[in-house]
Amino acid sequence: MSCALLLLLMSLALAMGTGAAVEIQRPRGVPLSKRQFYEENKPFTCLDGSSTIPFDRINDDYCDCRDGSDEPGTAACPNGSFHCTNAGFRPAFIPSSRINDGICDCCDTTDEYNSGATCQNTCREMGRKERESLQIMAEITKEGFMLKQQLIHEAKRGQEDKQGKLTELQGSKKGLEEKVEALRTVKETAEDPEKEAKERHLKSWEEQKELIRMEKDKTRMAEAFLELDDDADGYVSVAELQSHLELDPDSDGSLTETETQGLLGGADKVDTSTFETVWSGIKDKYLSEGLSDPPAPVETPQEEETRDFVSDPDSDHYPEDYAGEEEDVEDDEEDDHEEEEEEKVPPTVQTPEKRADDEVSMPPYDTETQSLIDAAQKARDDFDEAERALREVDDQMKNLEKEIGFDFGPSAEFAYLYSQCYELSTSEYIYRLCPFNRVSQKPKFGGSETNLGLWGQWAGPEDSLYSVMKYDHGQGCWQGPNRSTTVKLTCGKETVVTSTSEPSRCEYLMEFTTPAVCQEPASLDEVLQGHTEL
Amino acid sequence: MANFIERMCLYLVLVLSVFLSIIQAVDRSNFKTCDQSAFCSRQRAMKPGQSSYRALLETLELSDSHLTVQLLNNNNKVLLLLELYRLQGNMTRVKINELKPVKPRYEVPDVLITDPPTELMSVVAQDEHRVVLSLGGEDWRLILSAQPFRLDIMEGPQVLLSLNSRGLLAFEQLRIRKDTKSQTDTKEAGEKEDTEKHDKEKVSEGEEAEEEVDQPGMWEETFKTHADTKPNGPSSISLDFSLPGVEHVYGIPEHADGLRLKNTDGGDPYRLYNLDVFQYELFNPMALYGAVPVLLSHNTHRTMGLFWLNAAETWVDVSSGQGSSEVPQTDVRWISESGIIDVFIMLGPRPNDVFTQYASLTGTQAFPPLSSLAYHQCRWNYNDQEDVSAVDQGFDEHDIPYDFIWLDIEHTDGKRYFTWDNNKFPQPKDMLQGLLDKRRKMVTIVDPHIKVDSSYKIHTEIRSRGYYIKNKDGGDYEGWCWPGNAGYPDFTNPEMRKWWASMFAYGQYEGSMENLYTWNDMNEPSVFNGPEVTMHKDALHGPWEHRDVHNLYGFYVQMATAEGQIQRSGGLERPFVLTRAFFAGSQRYGAVWTGDNAAEWGHLKMSIPMCLSLGLVGISFCGADVGGFFKTPSAELLVRWYQAGAYQPFFRAHAHLDTPRREPWLFGPDNTALIREAVRQRYTLLPYWYLQFYHAQRTGQPVMRPLWVEYPEDIATFSIDDEFLIGRDLLVHPVTDERSSGVTAYLPGNGEVWYDVHTFQRHDGAQNLSIPVTMSSIPVFQRGGSIICRKNRVRRSSSCMENDPYTLYVALDSQGNAEGELYIDDGHTFKHETDKQFIHRRLSFTANSLSSSDLSPDSQFPSASWVEQVNILGAQKPDAVTLTTTDGGESSVEFAFDPDTAVLTLRKPGMNAGVNWTLHLR
Repeated sequence: MSCALLLLLMSLALAMGTGAAVEIQRPRGVPLSKRQFYEENKPFTCLDGSSTIPFDRINDDYCDCRDGSDEPGTAACPNGSFHCTNAGFRPAFIPSSRINDGICDCCDTTDEYNSGATCQNTCREMGRKERESLQIMAEITKEGFMLKQQLIHEAKRGQEDKQGKLTELQGSKKGLEEKVEALRTVKETAEDPEKEAKERHLKSWEEQKELIRMEKDKTRMAEAFLELDDDADGYVSVAELQSHLELDPDSDGSLTETETQGLLGGADKVDTSTFETVWSGIKDKYLSEGLSDPPAPVETPQEEETRDFVSDPDSDHYPEDYAGEEEDVEDDEEDDHEEEEEEKVPPTVQTPEKRADDEVSMPPYDTETQSLIDAAQKARDDFDEAERALREVDDQMKNLEKEIGFDFGPSAEFAYLYSQCYELSTSEYIYRLCPFNRVSQKPKFGGSETNLGLWGQWAGPEDSLYSVMKYDHGQGCWQGPNRSTTVKLTCGKETVVTSTSEPSRCEYLMEFTTPAVCQEPASLDEVLQGHTEL
Repeated sequence: MANFIERMCLYLVLVLSVFLSIIQAVDRSNFKTCDQSAFCSRQRAMKPGQSSYRALLETLELSDSHLTVQLLNNNNKVLLLLELYRLQGNMTRVKINELKPVKPRYEVPDVLITDPPTELMSVVAQDEHRVVLSLGGEDWRLILSAQPFRLDIMEGPQVLLSLNSRGLLAFEQLRIRKDTKSQTDTKEAGEKEDTEKHDKEKVSEGEEAEEEVDQPGMWEETFKTHADTKPNGPSSISLDFSLPGVEHVYGIPEHADGLRLKNTDGGDPYRLYNLDVFQYELFNPMALYGAVPVLLSHNTHRTMGLFWLNAAETWVDVSSGQGSSEVPQTDVRWISESGIIDVFIMLGPRPNDVFTQYASLTGTQAFPPLSSLAYHQCRWNYNDQEDVSAVDQGFDEHDIPYDFIWLDIEHTDGKRYFTWDNNKFPQPKDMLQGLLDKRRKMVTIVDPHIKVDSSYKIHTEIRSRGYYIKNKDGGDYEGWCWPGNAGYPDFTNPEMRKWWASMFAYGQYEGSMENLYTWNDMNEPSVFNGPEVTMHKDALHGPWEHRDVHNLYGFYVQMATAEGQIQRSGGLERPFVLTRAFFAGSQRYGAVWTGDNAAEWGHLKMSIPMCLSLGLVGISFCGADVGGFFKTPSAELLVRWYQAGAYQPFFRAHAHLDTPRREPWLFGPDNTALIREAVRQRYTLLPYWYLQFYHAQRTGQPVMRPLWVEYPEDIATFSIDDEFLIGRDLLVHPVTDERSSGVTAYLPGNGEVWYDVHTFQRHDGAQNLSIPVTMSSIPVFQRGGSIICRKNRVRRSSSCMENDPYTLYVALDSQGNAEGELYIDDGHTFKHETDKQFIHRRLSFTANSLSSSDLSPDSQFPSASWVEQVNILGAQKPDAVTLTTTDGGESSVEFAFDPDTAVLTLRKPGMNAGVNWTLHLR
């Protein structure tokens, strides 16, 4: 950038020095550099060689050359271009369609020689202003570049610091890993006897529960028998059972005599003791007569679902779940505690029967088991503690590695922007740029923040990749794409967001100055070398 | 910024059911079918048969200007009055109203430019069954038959058109609601109409008319959640026309459909009811933003027109098929909700006669400022002054000309029209001055919905003056639109229009300048929370219901706005106003565009028939949003749309707020170059476009024409709507297919020749020509026998080209002749009218001489333009060329001849464009 600026400065100085003093005759609109092609009073060959015409047809307001080269000073050719000397300012080419169009394009007014437009020669004024601003820019560039050196230096030091810290962390990580492994062994050693004791305790509890359950079942059976034995003759007969449509084996809505007999094991009636075997066959379906209407047979699917739940033996559930939890803890070391907590929540769908069972709670562990559990718990806590410490180190290392891995420019000059944020307040919003992280927008007068894009990549053109940053995948736009922001970086002494706009819906543009993009001011030699044209 | 809009939009979506289908195409359920419209379904249920109307010939009265006769409805004994006029210029007007309505019925004012002058009618023959009237000429007759009532217009033995021949005349007389009867309504409502009719016939024998039974929807109608109270009860009208020998009918825009009207049997009729249709569908008879109730019929012998002057909701059934004796026939039936029957039958016989006839009724296309024919750059929205300046700069940087940059609704202070957003546009005059310095212009949007806000001057003035449309209860009607709650000024009120016009004065519209023009959008009117996204029909415009005037609203908005622009310049400057809603006569006030189309190839294709249909009914200044409004065009579609748009009358790129930027230079240098070239072609042809609009204003001929208009006897042209003519002399077949490698253009005219305007290659007429195309191709042909003037020095705006020289393209026909015209004036004032300040010349090439002669010797205009080059296409090499001017001077002109293309180029003859001269080829 500054190279170009200096070049311009030089050219301006030259133009000022020479332009006024030496007026070299040539057809209107021809630059000095092409003067030799327009030899006075000699036939002119179009610059593309397409034809040769008499000299008086140059600038005669008729286009003879396909490339427009015969009419540099008129608007006759659609593709011609006009050269303004602009003494005092920068020379320029304009499309020849702007000659005599009533609009002053050249600051030296030479483009409007026959349109009646009153143009003022503003070249000197413009030259002065441009020199001033170029000087300012040059100063900014110079200072900016010095600042940039500092930034590079700091970045280098910062990078070294980080590298050092990383190495340090790698060391402590090793120690921590060893510690975790040792504590794991301790934990596992403590957990084996704990598990055995707990299983023992649980088994005896299950047995006890089964007894209770059987007792309950017996009571129900006795109740059912009494209920069914309508005539109280000590037998349940086919007729007495037949009213229980819910027991219909083929669910066709009618319980035939044969079906009922089948339920009664082929007998016409059964006494209390035979009823025991009958009961085991019907207990799942049986509905006490005290309850309301039997369910309508149409609702078979629902019935089946219910049956599935009921028929699940209780014993299938708890021990497995319990064991599962233990395993989970061991297998998934990465899992955080919240997730573990979630898994411990018991299944929500339960039948009323089960809930009744659960009301009887497990008796407390005996002292021996309890002490084994306490020991194991301590081992687990120690292990968790060590693991947490390891994770922390890991996180720190990851962050460091991430930061070290970032592309902070060829000399890491942009590193200082990392984990910084810069704000710009407009009439409606506060815009916030956190380089290498995100861009956001917050309404000034209340309302939530909107993500305008997350760090994507450097997106400048090939020759200055580090002049543009792209942030994308911001908050989705209603009816549109995800928001994204393009940040244009220009050289400045200060690091500041200078403007924001939204050229297209949800595509934001931000201007950002930083010394980090200031280029080295070119040396005087280069400027002069690049300037042979004038 | 997006945030705010997003919230607003979300809010709208939540609040308004009409916006629910944002992403998909049109939500058809928001709009009525004929079945859902009580009067349409009532009328359409009536089947062809013997008419119940009888003309009471004993009441016939014939005056110098017209004939009147009473019509009796045999069923209910209601009397109608038929008025027949023979109008100057081969037209017949038929008016039918109730003889004694219980209250006046609405008759459309302000659309006809004058009370049409009549001509004498005479009775040729009369008996108790019929009256035969002479319509002039030897054998032009109008036969009025008494029982059943019908009219036939005859030329010799041939029936040109019959009226009520299918007996579908129906006129629901205004009536007083019988409250006692309302209780039985529901019971009887379900009964079939047939039974009722049967009953009626029986009763009609007696002296007393039988009690008519109310049908559903007569006194109240509900669509979705919207109730239409109908205090005036049923009032619809219907009439059928038969066109023997006709297979092709056109017109009745606006519909997103092909040029030739389709048979509506078994489907919905074409609907005319100005509506803001969100993401409209193609090939559909649904109503759109505008309505012109004019239908054209055409066959190889004759072109005719029907102008149904009614501003209420209207449905048009078209049915083509075999009539009696296997002659093809088209039947057309018009159904309107209220008003009277007032129909103009334009008898042609040539297409241009129909255009002249229609123009004599409703006026011609307003002659627009020359710059408005150039390119317009629009977007919803250019965000702020810096944005405007950057886009303006972008055009210069990429050397693409443009004349107008547009600002959509976001430029205002909270959608308060006539204001500016102070943050984004703090110095509108600076911005306008910046554009003026480059000889460019701006358009801002001014919609008719006015934010209800007591601190908004426009609102408080309208409210205090009582200019708002009233709701059925007499309060100011309010509805939702862009600003939120809004009032709708009653533009049917001339006082209101006068006041509105005065708001465009430079002192009133703060920040406005002479290079600021206007865009009227949403003037159907669009009411987000109204029935079918428009106004409740029972809203009141003074004594009239909105039902009566609906289709006129947009017409009046544009009328008042154009008037305001004229007034602000002291009557000196021509206005430019773009409107979305329109009616018959809207051509007098400016330009029209086809509304919110989409960035799809189908929509690009559809832009052609839509603008052709508008041109046929007088509205020549038509265009579609280049690129497509909704969605995002591919670069290819955008380029093709620029290429097509450059050859359509109104040439404006526009884009929805939610779409990415699409200024011409954002798609890589190749596409930029393609777009630049298309726009430049437009600019070189501006003299030709301007001439076409001059003609359109003088004669009413459409600028963009279907081929059949110029080749009325060539059946092959009757259904073509993928190519068109500009004037008579340019034929355009835009590429409208993706990845197209070629198009087939029909070149009409037996014995004619056409020249490719890019290569000058000559092709014979009356053939389908296969044209290979690349991305840069825009197939355009100049008719052999024509002379077209171009300005080949394309500059950054049309104003900059004012004094530039012309290049003449003389395309010789097979006899070696050609002719054309040149029109020049200052491009923007009325001085061509008021002070005869213009040049109108005839250019003619015959017998190896090209000469320019004055077509308007009593007019004068000093032009600096001259003739820099003449290209004669299909020429032979001469030995010498000399120029003779009126002062007797003679000079030799240098020339070059290209034997490959047979183009003779005369170098710099140099004469002024406004003088007589002759170029001799020897």
